[in-house]
Amino acid sequence: MNAQATDLYHDDHDHHGPPPGLWRWVVTTNHKDIGTLYLWFSLIMFFIGGAMALVIRTELFQPGLQVVDPHFFNQMTTLHALVMIFGVVMPAFVGLANWMLPMMVGAPDMALPRMNNWSFWILPFGFGLMLSTLFMEGGGPSAGWTLYPPLSLQTGDALPFLIFSIHLLGVSSIMGAINIIATIMNLRAPGMTFMKMPLFVWTWFITAYLLIAVMPVLAGAVTMMLTDKYFGTSFFNAAGGGDPVMFQHIFWFFGHPEVYILILPSFGLVSEIIPTFSRKKLFGYSSMVYATASIAFLSFIVWAHHMFTVGMPLAGELFFMFTTMLIAVPTGVKVFNWVSTMWKGAMTFETPMLFALGFVIMFTIGGFSGLMLAMTPIDFQYHDTYFVVAHFHYVLVPGAIFGIIAGVYYWLPKWTGNYYDETLGKVHFWLSTIFVNILFFPMHFVGLAGMPRRIPDYSVQFTDFNQIATIGAFGFGFAQILFLVLIVKCIRGGEKATDQVWEGAEGLEWTVASPPPYHTFSPQPIVK
Amino acid sequence: MAEATQDHYYVPTAAKWPIVGSVALTLAVTGFALYLNGSGIGMKITVLGLILFIVMLFGWFGTVIRESESGTYRSWEDVSFRMGMSWFIFSEVMFFAAFFGALFYAREYSVPWLLGEGSGASTHTYLWNDYTEIWPTNGPGDLGESDFHMHWWPLPFLNTVILLTSGITVTWAHHAIKAQHRTQIVIGLFLTVFLGFLFVFLQGVEYVEAYHEGMKLNSGIYGSTFFMLTGFHGMHVTLGAIMLTVMLFRAMAGHFTAERHFAFEAAAWYWHFVDVVWLGLFIFVYIL
Repeated sequence: MNAQATDLYHDDHDHHGPPPGLWRWVVTTNHKDIGTLYLWFSLIMFFIGGAMALVIRTELFQPGLQVVDPHFFNQMTTLHALVMIFGVVMPAFVGLANWMLPMMVGAPDMALPRMNNWSFWILPFGFGLMLSTLFMEGGGPSAGWTLYPPLSLQTGDALPFLIFSIHLLGVSSIMGAINIIATIMNLRAPGMTFMKMPLFVWTWFITAYLLIAVMPVLAGAVTMMLTDKYFGTSFFNAAGGGDPVMFQHIFWFFGHPEVYILILPSFGLVSEIIPTFSRKKLFGYSSMVYATASIAFLSFIVWAHHMFTVGMPLAGELFFMFTTMLIAVPTGVKVFNWVSTMWKGAMTFETPMLFALGFVIMFTIGGFSGLMLAMTPIDFQYHDTYFVVAHFHYVLVPGAIFGIIAGVYYWLPKWTGNYYDETLGKVHFWLSTIFVNILFFPMHFVGLAGMPRRIPDYSVQFTDFNQIATIGAFGFGFAQILFLVLIVKCIRGGEKATDQVWEGAEGLEWTVASPPPYHTFSPQPIVK
Repeated sequence: MAEATQDHYYVPTAAKWPIVGSVALTLAVTGFALYLNGSGIGMKITVLGLILFIVMLFGWFGTVIRESESGTYRSWEDVSFRMGMSWFIFSEVMFFAAFFGALFYAREYSVPWLLGEGSGASTHTYLWNDYTEIWPTNGPGDLGESDFHMHWWPLPFLNTVILLTSGITVTWAHHAIKAQHRTQIVIGLFLTVFLGFLFVFLQGVEYVEAYHEGMKLNSGIYGSTFFMLTGFHGMHVTLGAIMLTVMLFRAMAGHFTAERHFAFEAAAWYWHFVDVVWLGLFIFVYIL
């Protein structure tokens, strides 16, 4: 303790580089180091979660049961979702935020650097707990990532481990979000007013509030589940006066804002990238900010559209239908702004721009199918079918994930100091885009025809489309290996990047060297 | 103490405590999960994890306190701490909101529906036709042993008075810090801590009484919401009282100047937060 105290007393560390060795990564308080940790963690989890998806798609290549037993199939659907949501998309966003927010607002680092370290270092432990359940008696959790009781209460030894891992991930997310808010509010450079902030900063700012508001609600929901199972409470037990549907309400009060947590930072990324490669200012900056805030607000009053078929009173069905459809308005504002930004722009199509364009088109497809699902009577037909699977995979894969990949390509030269292999990047984009549509588009058709989700077997008439989807899944999955190769190549060398990196890029992050020094913006720049 | 400047924000170099915290939390929850699954050594691992967690808290906060006392932080860093604490408290509010939500849902929807209200539910007709209990209730299955009603008089009312009084004493201590009256700070904080632990003790007395009457955690939705809400609140009061105890010791050690005493304020904010939650509990759990 004392040795450490003396180490911490002197604060003249600005000229120090990172300490040598692996221990650096364990004790680091540097936002760039922590951002790197988050991003690598996310990429590793992407391949783990992707492998689970391939198990699912392999089983679904043919009707009948051939590769895995149904119980293991259910574990795969459950863990694939949990890994992708909490282990891939969220950590990737936090990693990008860690790397870029301080550099975009002219801050010396994140506001609470030690807590920043803890936010990351809880994650590997949380996922260690979650994935260890696969090797336990009764297997991993298999009731779906939404964990609806009473089904989820039948989970074996895995249940408390799963619940505590969710608690840990929640603690990590809340601390990360608090850090982001404190950084944005307190550490902006002089002159960097709120309405001058880059949109990635704005979308993360709003996302951070969503995280702080709903992660504790998820913690509460799973805590009630824990006490229902092990301590005899009756929250979700009708015999005791509770209601299993109550879990769904509490869960989706978390779950719907969570959906926007998974997309808003990607909105921000795309809003950075499209102006750069259109060589124009973002069209409708302030309307983008207000649209993001509106989406965030609406996300709190739409949750029961996930539950249209549980038997809610009619007034509830109507209220949640109308509020949900209202979200199309601010989302439409965003899409129109992106398109208007490109209008008459001097556009070029480097890899980040390609992924951003893919995002705009395919996210919009996912948005439209969401609009269909928002209509209560129609949802009665679509609920729990592959149409829902197609919908949320369109917003999450060519939506959220494409946004993240676009952001990584956009800033990779800044991080590493080297340009990535543009040809390989373009190949990665085209393979990803073609295969992601082969993978998810047929799911619309089988879903509309009535194929239920989360079931390892299906009627023979769905075979053709399922086989196409499985081919798409393997193509998309293996295309991501190119991404890994490209990143490693870029880190190891390549054409030296300029500080500006992209001709049309604007913002403070392009005023520092590529790669940036270990500590940037101390003292802070003055923004005019 | 350096004047606030915008040119140098304090960024600590190496942080060794977070990883200790992660290991501690993981041990604590792994042990507890093993215990729930019937393993004999589970609780021992949990206790080990909790001890390590306490060591981490001492180490981490100790470092921060030493830095604070040596003048490392200026008003710029101070603002970050303030934001950290306020948004942490907001997250706690949302945690309680989940349990209050469960209470309101049970009272407004699930219990009335089990009683046959509304047009869609046939549970009452087919499963529990003779269920008539409105609130408090241990459900149509008559779970647990009894549906003894917790009364707001006398203990909970006394506890309300105690907690509100402690809110006054902690404010008194705050004014004393601003005026740098050491004796008043210590007395004010001591009274606050005393009232805090007295509250927890009386809450324990009430629990014993409830269990004696057969009103337990497993007494249907009433027992569930009552014990989970008041239980989590009691844990937070205990935590707040521990924070204020630390502040008491720090005040006795001569910490806190008239201008700079954020740690105290953070603990006081937390204390007011548990106070407000209690008022919600007193109204919605005990009176209504």
